[in-house]
Amino acid sequence: MNKHFGRWFPVFVLPTLVAFCIAFLVPFGMGVWLSFHRFTTIQNTHFVGWENYVRAFTEDDGFLGALTFSALFTLVCLVVVNVLSFVLALALTRPGRGTTLLRGVFFMPNLIGGIVLGYVFSLLVNGLLGFFGVDITFSATYGFWGLVSLNVWQLTGYMMIIYIAGLQNVPGELLEAAAMDGAGGWTTLWRVKIPLVMPAITICTFLTLTNSFKLFDQNLALTAGAPERQTQMLALDIYNTFYGRIGWQGVGQAKAVLFFLLVAALAGVQLFLTRRQEVDA
Amino acid sequence: MKQRNFLRLLALALVAALMLPTLAACGEEEEMVVRYLNFKPEIADKYEKLAKLYEEKTGIKVVVETAANNTYEQTLAAKMATKEAPTLFQINGPRGYAAWKDYCADLSGTELYRHLNDPDMAVKDGARVVGIPYVVEGYGIIYNTALTDKYFALPDRQKEINAMDEVQSFSALKTVVEDMQKHKKALGIDGVFASTSLKAGEDWRWQTHLLNIPLSYEFTESKVNLSDQNALRTIDFTHADRYRNIFDLYLNNGVTDRKLAGSKTVVDSMAEFALERCVMVQNGNWAWSQIKDVSGNKVKADNLRFLPIYTGIPGEEKQGLAIGTENYYAINSQATEEQQKAAADFAYWMYSDPQAKRLVVEELGLIAPFDTFTSQETPNDPLARQVAAWMKKEGVTTIPWHFTLFPSMRFKEDFGASLLKYAQGGKTWDAVVKDMKAGWERESAQSR
Amino acid sequence: MENRKRHPARLLLWLLAAVFLLPVVLVVLNSFKSRLYISGDPFALPNPQTFVGWENYRTGLSAAGFAAAFGRSVVITVGSVLLLIVGCSMTAWYLVRSRSVLCKILYFLFVFSMIVPFQMVMYTMTYVVGELELDSVIGILPVYLGFGSGLSVFLLAGFVRAIPGEIEEAATIDGAGPFQTFFRVVFPLLRPTAVTVSILNAMWIWNDYLLPYLILGTEEKTVPVAIQIAMQGAYGATDYGGLMAMLVLAILPIIGFYLIGQKYIISGVIAGAVKG
Repeated sequence: MNKHFGRWFPVFVLPTLVAFCIAFLVPFGMGVWLSFHRFTTIQNTHFVGWENYVRAFTEDDGFLGALTFSALFTLVCLVVVNVLSFVLALALTRPGRGTTLLRGVFFMPNLIGGIVLGYVFSLLVNGLLGFFGVDITFSATYGFWGLVSLNVWQLTGYMMIIYIAGLQNVPGELLEAAAMDGAGGWTTLWRVKIPLVMPAITICTFLTLTNSFKLFDQNLALTAGAPERQTQMLALDIYNTFYGRIGWQGVGQAKAVLFFLLVAALAGVQLFLTRRQEVDA
Repeated sequence: MKQRNFLRLLALALVAALMLPTLAACGEEEEMVVRYLNFKPEIADKYEKLAKLYEEKTGIKVVVETAANNTYEQTLAAKMATKEAPTLFQINGPRGYAAWKDYCADLSGTELYRHLNDPDMAVKDGARVVGIPYVVEGYGIIYNTALTDKYFALPDRQKEINAMDEVQSFSALKTVVEDMQKHKKALGIDGVFASTSLKAGEDWRWQTHLLNIPLSYEFTESKVNLSDQNALRTIDFTHADRYRNIFDLYLNNGVTDRKLAGSKTVVDSMAEFALERCVMVQNGNWAWSQIKDVSGNKVKADNLRFLPIYTGIPGEEKQGLAIGTENYYAINSQATEEQQKAAADFAYWMYSDPQAKRLVVEELGLIAPFDTFTSQETPNDPLARQVAAWMKKEGVTTIPWHFTLFPSMRFKEDFGASLLKYAQGGKTWDAVVKDMKAGWERESAQSR
Repeated sequence: MENRKRHPARLLLWLLAAVFLLPVVLVVLNSFKSRLYISGDPFALPNPQTFVGWENYRTGLSAAGFAAAFGRSVVITVGSVLLLIVGCSMTAWYLVRSRSVLCKILYFLFVFSMIVPFQMVMYTMTYVVGELELDSVIGILPVYLGFGSGLSVFLLAGFVRAIPGEIEEAATIDGAGPFQTFFRVVFPLLRPTAVTVSILNAMWIWNDYLLPYLILGTEEKTVPVAIQIAMQGAYGATDYGGLMAMLVLAILPIIGFYLIGQKYIISGVIAGAVKG
C-alpha cells in the first residue's frame, strides 16, 4: 500500500476516534475507576479498594443466579436466532413475489421499542397462558421461554438484514460456476454460500451474543425478574444493585466491570472460532 | 465528480460538527436560573406553566426537568454530576435523605419551612431541616356508591350490616364484601375488588402502602424512636396475620383469579374500577385524575368515597385514612449561595403568590400543607376533598406514611415477589413473614 | 419442478410472517380503543363501545411540544446517520488496510465497546458530555458518532475484508491517494452494506430513549422522550392507548426510510452484477 498511508490517519480515523473517546472510552475508564469507590455521584467518592468486588460475591445473592440464567438464555438465542435468520435470508435474497414486503415484515419488530414492546408482548404471552390458567410469573420456565421468544422475534429480522447483505456479496459467477459443475442446491449452500458469508456469520453470532447478554428493557418489561428474581438477567441485576439499595452503587459498578470482563472473554473466544472459518473471497 | 465533492463536503461537515458545540459554548454566560427536577411526568406541563409565570413576574428563569416514571433516583444521580445540576429537587423521606445527605442544604431558615403547618412533618437531621413536604396525600379503599347502594337494595343480601357507614372494622368489611361477591351477577360486576396487581413494579399498593398499616401500629405500640436509624434495624411484624386478613380478602374477592394476579398492573385495576367491573379499589387520591376524563369511564365524581383500610387490629374503629407524603423539597447544598436562595424563593413563591397558589390547587391538584392556604383553597377533586374531610374528622386517628422508613427498594421488591408467590399458592404465609423480617434486617444492615 | 417445491415453503414463510406481524397488529388495533379496554381484552377488535376513533392520536399530538420533538428527532437521526456512515466507513477501511499495531488495537477497542452494557457508562458519559457542553441537539451528534461507531466500524470492517485488495492496488498504481481510492473505488462497493448499516443506525437513533433523555433531558425532548413523558405518569397514570397511537405515528417515518433504503440495496446489487 501507499507508503504515506500513515499520514492519512488523522483524516480517516481521528474524527471517529475523538467522538469514540468522548462517548465511550473516557466514560468507560471512569466507570472502572468508580468500581473501586463508594459514591453517590462522580464528584462525591471515597476510595474503598476491592471492597465492592468482594461484596458483589459475598453479600449478594442474585449475581450468580443472574449469570447462569443469562448464559443459558444467550446460548439458546444464539442458535435459534441465527438459524432462523439465515434461513429467512436465503429465502429472501433472490427477488421474488412479495420478497420486499416479507423482508419488511420480518424487520418490523425492530421498529417497536421500549415499554410498548414489553407491554404488548406481555399482553400476548399472558393472553395465551391465560387459557391454561397461569401467567408468565408462574414459573421461571415460562419466563425463560417468554424472553427467548421476545428476543428471537426482535433479533431475527435484524440479523436477517445482515445475512442478506452478506449473501448479496457472493459473486454471481461463483454460483453459476457451481451450477455448471453440477452442484445441487445443498452442496452450493455448504460449499459456496456458507464459506463466503462467514464474515456475516461472525458478525451475527457476535451481535446475538452481546445483545442477548445485555438484554435489559425487555427483561424489565416482560418479567422484571418474577418469580422472585429467578428470571433476572445480568444487566437487570446490575441495575437493581445500583438503584435498589442505598450505598450499593459501587457494588453495581463492580458487577458491571465483572460482567464486561466475562462477555469480553466469551466474545473473544467466539470471534476467534468463527474468524478461523472465514476464507478469503 | 459531483459525488466526490459531495462526500468531501460531508467529511468537512463531520469535523465541523465535532468542533461546533465547543465553540458555541464559549460565548455563554452564567445567568441566574432555578433548576427543578420534577418527580411526576403527568404534571410536567403544569410545572412549566408555573415556571413561565415566575419568569414573567421576576425575570428569573426556572428550568423544569422531568424524571421519567420510576427513574427519579437514577435521573437525579446522573444530573447531579453535571454542570446543570438541579438546585431544587426532591427526596422521598429519611431513607432518601440518607442517599443524598451530601447534597441537602439546611432549610430551617427558609420562608417555606416557617409556613409549614406542622413542622414535625419535615425531614430533619438533628437541628437541620433537610426536606420540606409540599403535598399531603391519602390512601384507603375507594368505593363506588352507585354499586354499594345497588347492593344494599338487594332483597336477599345479608342483614347484619345495612349501610357502608356501619363498616368500621375488618369483620364488618369482610361480611359485606363476601356477601357482595356472592351477588356479583345481580350487581353486574366481576368481583368486589379490583385486581390485586402483583406484577413486579406494579405491586407498590401492597408491598408499600398496605404494609404501612400494620407496621404503623407496630411502631406506635412499641414506642420506637423513629428518627433513630439503629432502632429500626429489626422488625417484629407483630400484625402479620392482620395483613394476611385483608390481603386474602382482596385476593379472594377480586376481579382476577388470585393465581393470575402476577400479570396485572395498576392501570388494569383502575380500568376495572372505571368500567364498574368492581366496587372497590385500594388506592390514593391521585387515582381519580387518572380515569375521570377517559372515554368509557362510568364512575361519577359524586359517587366516590374513601374507607380506611381495616385489617382487624384492635382499636381500628377509630382508624382513619393513611395520610402523609413522600414528596419533600430539598435544595442542592453544592450550588452557589445565590442559586440556593433563588431555589428557596421560587419554592416559597409557588405556595404563597395568589396566582401560583391557584395553579397549585386547581391544576396540580395538591393539598398543600402550608398556612398560606385557607381552608377554601383545596383541590376540587372529589378524592382530595374526601382526604381533607377525613383529616378533620373528630375522634379519628390518621395513619402516618411510615413507609418512608422502609429500608430499601430492594426490601419492597422482595416482599412484593413473596406476596405474588403466596397468591399463586407457591409459598406459605409463614415463609412470607419470615422472609420479610429477614429482608428488613438484611437491607437495614446494608444501608450505609 | 422447482416451482412446485417452492410453493409450500413460500406458504410457510407467509405464515411465519403473520406470526411476526401479530404484535404490530395488536399495537395498531389497540391504538383505536379506549385505554380502559386495552388490557381487559387486547385481542378484541374495536367495537362501538370501545372504539374511540382518533382520540388517542389527538391526545398524543396535542401533548406539549410534539412538533418540536419531531423536528429535533429528524435532525438528530439524519445528522448522526450521515456522520456515522461516512466517518465509520472511512475508519473501518483504514483500520482494515493498515498494518500498524495501533490500528489493530483500535479495531478491537471499537469491537469491545459493543460488549459494554450502556448502563455501565451512562453516568460517566453524561458527566463527560456535560463537561464538554455537548448537551445540545447539535452536540449530541458526535456523541452518537462515538457511541454508534463500535457497531458500525465492526459491520463495515467485516465487509471491507470481502473487497479484494487488487482493485484498490490498481487505483493506487494509477496515482490515486488513499482519499481518492476510498471515495472512488471502495465507497461505491460498500454501498449495499452502507445502506444496511444506515438503516440499522437510523432505527436505533430514531427510537433511542435513554441517551437523549440523559443528555438533552426533557427540556429538549426527542420523540421517544416526549412519548414517554406525556404518556407514562407515576402511580399508574399510564395511558397505553395514547402510547400505542404515538408509537404508530413514530414508526411511520422510519418505515418510509426503510423502504427507500431497500430500493438502494437492491439497485446496488444490480449495479454490482452489471459491473461484474
